[in-house]
Amino acid sequence: MRDTSDTGRPQAIVTLQDVEKYYGEYHALRGISAEIRQGEFFSLLGPSGCGKTTLLRAIAGFEDISSGTIRLDGRDMEGVAPNRRPTNLVFQSYAIFPHLTVSQNVGFGLRKAKMSPEDKRRAVGEALEMVGLGDFGARAAHALSGGQRQRVALARALILKPRVLLLDEPLSALDKKMRQVMQVELIKLQREVGITFILVTHDQEEALVMSDRIAVMFEGGIAQLDDPETLYRRPASRRVAEFIGMMNFLPAQVTGTGPERIEAEVAGLGRVTLDAGQCPGEARPGAAAVGLRPESLTILFDSGVAHDREVRGTVAEVTYYGDMTYYDIALDGAPDTVSVSARNMPGRRVLERGETTALAWDPRALSLFC
Amino acid sequence: MNAVTRALRSEGGKGLIMVSPPLVYALLLLAAPLATIVLFSFWTQNFLDIDRTFTIANYAEALSDPLYRELMLRSLRISASVTAVTVILAFPVAYFISFHVAPERKSLWLFLITIPFWTSYLIRVFLWRVILAFDGPVNGSLMGLGIIDEPLTFILYNANAVIITLAHAFAPFAILPIFVSLEKIDRSLLEAARDLGESRTMTFLRVTLPLAMPGVLAAVLIVSIPTVGDYVTPRLVGGSGGTMIANMIYAQIFDLNDRPMGATLAVLAMAIVAMTLLWLIARIRFWLWLAEGRGVWIALAAGLAEILAIRAIFTLGPGILGTPGTVLGLLAIATLGSVLIFLRVPKGRAGI
Ligand SMILES: Nc1ncnc2c1ncn2[C@@H]1O[C@H](COP(=O)(O)OP(=O)(O)OP(=O)(O)O)[C@@H](O)[C@H]1O
Ligand SMILES: [Mg+2]
Repeated sequence: MRDTSDTGRPQAIVTLQDVEKYYGEYHALRGISAEIRQGEFFSLLGPSGCGKTTLLRAIAGFEDISSGTIRLDGRDMEGVAPNRRPTNLVFQSYAIFPHLTVSQNVGFGLRKAKMSPEDKRRAVGEALEMVGLGDFGARAAHALSGGQRQRVALARALILKPRVLLLDEPLSALDKKMRQVMQVELIKLQREVGITFILVTHDQEEALVMSDRIAVMFEGGIAQLDDPETLYRRPASRRVAEFIGMMNFLPAQVTGTGPERIEAEVAGLGRVTLDAGQCPGEARPGAAAVGLRPESLTILFDSGVAHDREVRGTVAEVTYYGDMTYYDIALDGAPDTVSVSARNMPGRRVLERGETTALAWDPRALSLFC
Repeated sequence: MNAVTRALRSEGGKGLIMVSPPLVYALLLLAAPLATIVLFSFWTQNFLDIDRTFTIANYAEALSDPLYRELMLRSLRISASVTAVTVILAFPVAYFISFHVAPERKSLWLFLITIPFWTSYLIRVFLWRVILAFDGPVNGSLMGLGIIDEPLTFILYNANAVIITLAHAFAPFAILPIFVSLEKIDRSLLEAARDLGESRTMTFLRVTLPLAMPGVLAAVLIVSIPTVGDYVTPRLVGGSGGTMIANMIYAQIFDLNDRPMGATLAVLAMAIVAMTLLWLIARIRFWLWLAEGRGVWIALAAGLAEILAIRAIFTLGPGILGTPGTVLGLLAIATLGSVLIFLRVPKGRAGI
């Protein structure tokens, strides 16, 4: 999907440089720097109140920033009004004009377009077709369901062919089923139109599913900016790790550090040797924590197989999800229980509380946080 | 248990019991006097007693006497001017409070706007009489500044004075409904319009104004209906040129001791106000519908043509409006047209 310029590097369409924003005393954005590339699906992910909406509105031109620069297409956006920016925003509330029909809503931004009325009508029809609302043109806007309003908002923004489409939690008002359908449709739509999307969400799953790259934000700053897989596998901090998916933490003692390898003593797992890349930042001897995902521990249902890295534990809690079962397991030698997931396969039984079981683990799946 | 108690215990019966006190109150205070007025309008005054034989002679006289017609038309004109002035001045005030006053200060502002109500209506009208007087502060300061050499005489004891005084008295009634409709506008709609490429002005015209129309319409109704029948203001500041239909109704009943004629004028005034408003709303709906379907220019042309036609009818005057028959005929045609529009033209945007 990504455009590449002559130099072979993906071209930046939005450049944020040391963006700071104060609301009075309140420091809402702290030194945000990022490059968003032409044609990518970019997400801003973070807990409530971390400044995602503020950053998105600053890009759209609805918030002045206190310092720093925002460039769109290489052009400094300082003092450029929202109606003169090559961006369009899909509002969290959708902001559908209640006094207009669906067609009039979608065609709202075409007033000044140099097109004949027939061309405009055709463009509106095509935009509605694209979001699957072909027959809804004459409908009054207030007579729409949440999902339909969301599609109208999308069509209304996309019809103007913006360089960047900004979406502020566009799916949060929908129920879970509808949200999953719309996630897939949004991805397809983005590939089809090739427009850069910047999506704001507080739902990490949504961000992982949809994005090419994700910026994780905490308290107004970007904590990590990576593609979904790196973000999940190599979180840059314990906080990011806790925010993205589920992660277990075991107390550890770093015993030796080198340029390539790190030696540590982990509660419940024993002595491990890790790659330097498994520790974000500087590894120093002393107390630390080791993180591992629920799927990185494998329950050995068939205890006949021997593994060289094997631990034993007692099942403390069982949570059955249908396709998966999550177990809270107290590992021998670890202070807290860890969460372990197991796929439910035909012929595989679900363990019961109080059972003891053997588990295998892989040192490559561990992350060390000093 | 008999049929009556059973009926009273049913759902509908319970509802009836619940609304009956206000219903009785409304019947006694509104419907009964109204019915009495209508009844009186078909009777005749015979010096000190009332002749109770049914007659429509009063209506025939009221519709053909040029004095009554002039007073009725003047009342409508003054009311239209007051409404226009009030609503046009109220809109920016309501807009300012809704959009530019900090949320925690809004109630304070609304409170300030109601301050004129703290004194009696009569005192406020008297104050205007002082302010606009020959030797009052308006003339005094204008002369002091050398802007005028002689006191302005067109500001007191005529229709202008009535318009100024009524516009001031009714300002809060216009500001409040417009303010409410502006408050109800979701602010993200305005941002959406900006985001879709419109300037502040166009955003106002394409989003704010249409969404505020219900409030504007409410303000028009609230101001125009009572001002047609206002009696105190024209009496105190209107002079002879500012006398309105309500003054004539008063004169008929109390000075000339002709209660049936006063009742007839009252009924006619009520009917004409109702029909005029019906006509106005129907036309607005029709013109908006035309504008949407056929384009703004066609709608403007149609509106202009209709207004010119009405003007022509009134300026040609007695020749056309001379007989009760033609007056009633024209009113009937206008009302029929309005009803047709209400039945055939769908309710458009802005809720009209
Ligand atoms: N106009 C404002 N004045 C003062 N503070 C504000 C203003 N707008 C936002 N804030 C504060 O800035 C912070 C960031 O707000 P923002 O709306 O960007 O959060 P968010 O990340 O979008 O959260 P959510 O997921 O809840 O929408 C919040 O703490 C909020 O209280
Ligand atoms: Mg937000």
